[in-house]
Amino acid sequence: MIDKMDQIFVLLQHWLVAFLPLSLQPVASVLLAVVAIVCVFPGLFALTTVFERKGLARIQNRIGPNRVGPFGLFQPVADGIKSLTKEDIVPSSANAPVHFLAPIVLVVAVFMGFAVLPMGRNMVLVDMDAGLLFYFAMGASTEVSVFMAGWSSRNKYSLLGAMRAVAQMISYEVVLLLSSVSVVMIAGSLSLTKIVAAQSGYTGYFPHWYIFTPWGLVGFIMYAIAATAETNRSPFDLPEGESELVAGYHTEYSGFKFALFFLGEYLAMFSISGLGTTLFLGGWSAPFSFFTFIPSWFWFFAKLMMSIFVFIWMRGTLPRLRQDQLMNFAWKFVLPLTLLNLMVTALWRFMGEGWARWGVCSAILIAAYILMGRVGMYKEHFGPRRYRYAE
Amino acid sequence: MSPVFYLVSAMTVAGALAAVLLKPLVHCALAVTVAFAGLAFLFLSLDAQFAGFAQILVYIGAVAILIVFAILLTKGSELPRDGVFSRSWLAGVVISAAVFAALGWAILRSAWTLPHETAVPAVTVHDIGVALVDRYVLPLEIVALLLTAATIGAVIVAMHEKEGVK
Amino acid sequence: MTPLASYLLVAALVFAIGLAGALVRRNAILVLIGIELMLNAANLNFIAFWRYGPHPEALTGMMFAIFSIAVAAAEAAVGLGLVISIYRHAQTTDLDKMNRMKG
Repeated sequence: MIDKMDQIFVLLQHWLVAFLPLSLQPVASVLLAVVAIVCVFPGLFALTTVFERKGLARIQNRIGPNRVGPFGLFQPVADGIKSLTKEDIVPSSANAPVHFLAPIVLVVAVFMGFAVLPMGRNMVLVDMDAGLLFYFAMGASTEVSVFMAGWSSRNKYSLLGAMRAVAQMISYEVVLLLSSVSVVMIAGSLSLTKIVAAQSGYTGYFPHWYIFTPWGLVGFIMYAIAATAETNRSPFDLPEGESELVAGYHTEYSGFKFALFFLGEYLAMFSISGLGTTLFLGGWSAPFSFFTFIPSWFWFFAKLMMSIFVFIWMRGTLPRLRQDQLMNFAWKFVLPLTLLNLMVTALWRFMGEGWARWGVCSAILIAAYILMGRVGMYKEHFGPRRYRYAE
Repeated sequence: MSPVFYLVSAMTVAGALAAVLLKPLVHCALAVTVAFAGLAFLFLSLDAQFAGFAQILVYIGAVAILIVFAILLTKGSELPRDGVFSRSWLAGVVISAAVFAALGWAILRSAWTLPHETAVPAVTVHDIGVALVDRYVLPLEIVALLLTAATIGAVIVAMHEKEGVK
Repeated sequence: MTPLASYLLVAALVFAIGLAGALVRRNAILVLIGIELMLNAANLNFIAFWRYGPHPEALTGMMFAIFSIAVAAAEAAVGLGLVISIYRHAQTTDLDKMNRMKG
């Protein structure tokens, strides 16, 4: 019974596909899985838009949308109708084909990333040997679409926003890749299903997730910072800061194309949280060994939504970073710490089991963090904060 | 040959042609990105998954962006006054046509000696990794040195010179 | 025509187009684009021969292509840095105008 609940979607897929002749069955099963992904994740996106607005509202001591449906839960329907019926304005001097293709390229590249995420036991669309590399290749393709959007609008502010966004995405892409490499080193494979399988054991009650190791914790924090920057979320959202650049690279987009950009950004958030879950949080495995009766896909989506909640929390709480602060942070703090983390991971791997490696690795990482934090900020003065009020 | 091969080759060749024939520079950069993507698909159709994804990651994710940044930093968005083709364009076209003719003749002459369908090589990323540190460790280290030198060199070449220091 | 011959023809065509682009266009950046197309065509050649050649498990073709991708990226970076630096000096990227050695 537990097994059936766990594999319910796989069994459903097999049952539906069995109606077709044998020659069509592989294509049909893949198509069914693709349709499921294309329906589930945009549906989750709709839910997340209302969660975000309510969450931000509560953090800012107001209520958020509460008119459309109970507690405002049907707000995405209203938003969807609005964005579909709005007039599609294309500036007359804009480069029409590139302007049209930019949101499409973004959404296509982001959807491709979902193909390798293992969403439950036996629930991965394509089990590739080089799955992680495929995911990062698709992530790199989104930078081209950001540039296309910004340049084709023939708008100074759009171009500026696009350049900033691309520079930010390239800098943090290096961090993203390096923090994933430490996971690959320990798991021994680029295939995401094997990485999840390597984290699925339990010692007593506690899981073997990589986040519960010193290098995994630092790696996860670096990955989370890089993920926030890659998807242009606060506090790294200067390229699309509403108060700075109008709307950055998607200023000149209205109606459905803007909805596509919005969809692309949120889907990128889901996809990168899904990858972070797979790499560091154990993918679809349960947090304690007595919870394994709950289906695997439930744990994957629960962890995904927890990550989204942390994204929303960060957006409501942290102030925006300036572009130069952002780039300094990437190249002078996060990247050296990630490289050090890589070496500590290698040390962990070769030190053998036992308490020694926990102590040594934790000591090195904590010392490095304090040193780099202090050395990088030696010009700042640490003392009691002094406030100036408008008298 | 499968229709997928023809489609992807057509996309690649069209992208390459557009990249060298179009007048606005940014359009050329986007067309060459399409050509890179087509080539990545061709790698994937040859069962070279690692090379195909590395091609997308490096070329589309980095080299294309680099080209675009360079075009924008050198004011390439404006069309030049003297036209986009050099004065000696005919010589260039003749030379490349001759090169293509020579290569094509060599390929078609020996087409009957080339092997037909062979089995898909069972190559995993693990094998590539092992080969990189086992048989190809020297090229790996040299490429690492090269990349370091290229990064430092590019920064030094493109850096603003300090005022007064020549 | 064997599959290998078709891949080689496509690679030869892209190489010729890249060569034409490098020789025909005035802008220095387009010359670099042509060079990247040529390198890519050569990579395609290597991978095609690796796939249909005698010893694919020796990985020689794939390794060559991977190293070539890395080297091409480095060369593009340095080349574009040079183009930017020349633009700063000569205020143009038109190669037909840069026909003197005098700075």
